[in-house]
Amino acid sequence: MNTATRTTTIGGTTAPEVLEHAWPVRLTHWLMAASILIMIGSGWRIYNASPIFPFRFPDAITLGGDVQVALTWHNDPGVATAIAWHFAAMWLLALSYLLFVAWGALSGHFWRNFLPVGPSSFFRDFIAAARFRLAHRLGEYNAVQKAFYWGVLALVLVMLVSGIAIWKPVQTYPLELLFGGFQGARLVHFLGMAGICGFLLVHVALVVLVPKTFVAMVLGRVTGPAHVAGSATEKRS
Amino acid sequence: MSLDRRALLRGGMSLGAAALLTGCDLSDNDAVQGFLARFSAWNDRVQAALFNPNRLAPTFPESEAVKDFRYNAWYGPENAPALNPENYRLSLAGLIANKKPWTVDQLYALPQVSQVTRHVCVEGWSMIGKWTGTPLRTFFERIGADTTARYVGFECADGYYESMDMATALHPQTIMAFKLSDEVLPRKYGYPFKIRVPTKLGFKNPKFVTTMFVSNLRPHGFWTDRGYNWFSGI
Repeated sequence: MNTATRTTTIGGTTAPEVLEHAWPVRLTHWLMAASILIMIGSGWRIYNASPIFPFRFPDAITLGGDVQVALTWHNDPGVATAIAWHFAAMWLLALSYLLFVAWGALSGHFWRNFLPVGPSSFFRDFIAAARFRLAHRLGEYNAVQKAFYWGVLALVLVMLVSGIAIWKPVQTYPLELLFGGFQGARLVHFLGMAGICGFLLVHVALVVLVPKTFVAMVLGRVTGPAHVAGSATEKRS
Repeated sequence: MSLDRRALLRGGMSLGAAALLTGCDLSDNDAVQGFLARFSAWNDRVQAALFNPNRLAPTFPESEAVKDFRYNAWYGPENAPALNPENYRLSLAGLIANKKPWTVDQLYALPQVSQVTRHVCVEGWSMIGKWTGTPLRTFFERIGADTTARYVGFECADGYYESMDMATALHPQTIMAFKLSDEVLPRKYGYPFKIRVPTKLGFKNPKFVTTMFVSNLRPHGFWTDRGYNWFSGI
């Protein structure tokens, strides 16, 4: 690939494209992925027990077992099981998140790959991405990506703190006041979930477009151009 | 798009779909239920450690107390037990020195305190109410309960049963609530009294209490037997 003809300005070097993820990143990434899926699925079932908004999530996409079975056996629509999932996976999420953040900060991964990200580079790359003109170069993060990773890391932190405020409103009082009270913490917890779901949609869609990033997150290393074929979004010479 | 990439995509998607579908089914698997139950028991210990016996639940101005409190049970209010004060007796059992049963009049003559606290339901809704009654600690002193024992259990006229750790039972805000909004506890809310414990979730507040016992063996709980976490402190 002749990178000199790229339509975007990032990655204007001829160095080989290499994407490497150290094992702590991969391990904590997949632990966070699994725990976040469990938290979302069980959280939707718990939400359904007392919805904040005038809608419920379809039971089939929530986590907590068969609703009719639970109702028949326990007179409970599987909320007990959903809470058990939620309060088990929360430890896994908190642990993997803290390890991920600690490793990212101490190894330099965050500062090397997620910075710098300023408003001008963000808007430049955002507009390029929206016009499908943003090249994906393995091993380099564009400004939109960087902002997204900071954003989702911040959202998980918001989920952990608002979650603690909901789980232990008496023992951690006045923590809930940070969110405008107990019901405010529930609302923030819901909106944070929605934000993380939005991130996951974009994140997974981009992995589908550039599957080598998936391979890298499993095996640790991939090389070569990101777009083997069909990259109509990228001008080539 | 090359074939292997298509295969990867297809594989990834079917893997994701399978995980999503079996995730729901796995919940009803005995091994998964066993794992969740053991994890819940571990969470009991964590919560007992987090519980500060001196930390008071937040209290609110009386103006914020809801007058028409939400009715909540697995049966309708018309089916709530109607206990007759003429023949009602509170039975005492277990590690208690004086097990003489108590009448409603005797209970209502006990020294009382009021609290405007928040009831937090495991489902997520919450409501502030004003409850008046006798601290369980005061009652335990009267009846000579062994407060070094580990647990307190309750049996109720509607078939409900609940239990809690002794530390929570002795918390200053854990009361036998005889009144709601300055009125004698209405039938549907648990006449002649309910246990009001603002440091635990709503389902840990049993109504229509007919038997109270102290034990070193952990008693069961209605919703705990149906999969909910036992400690359920907040």
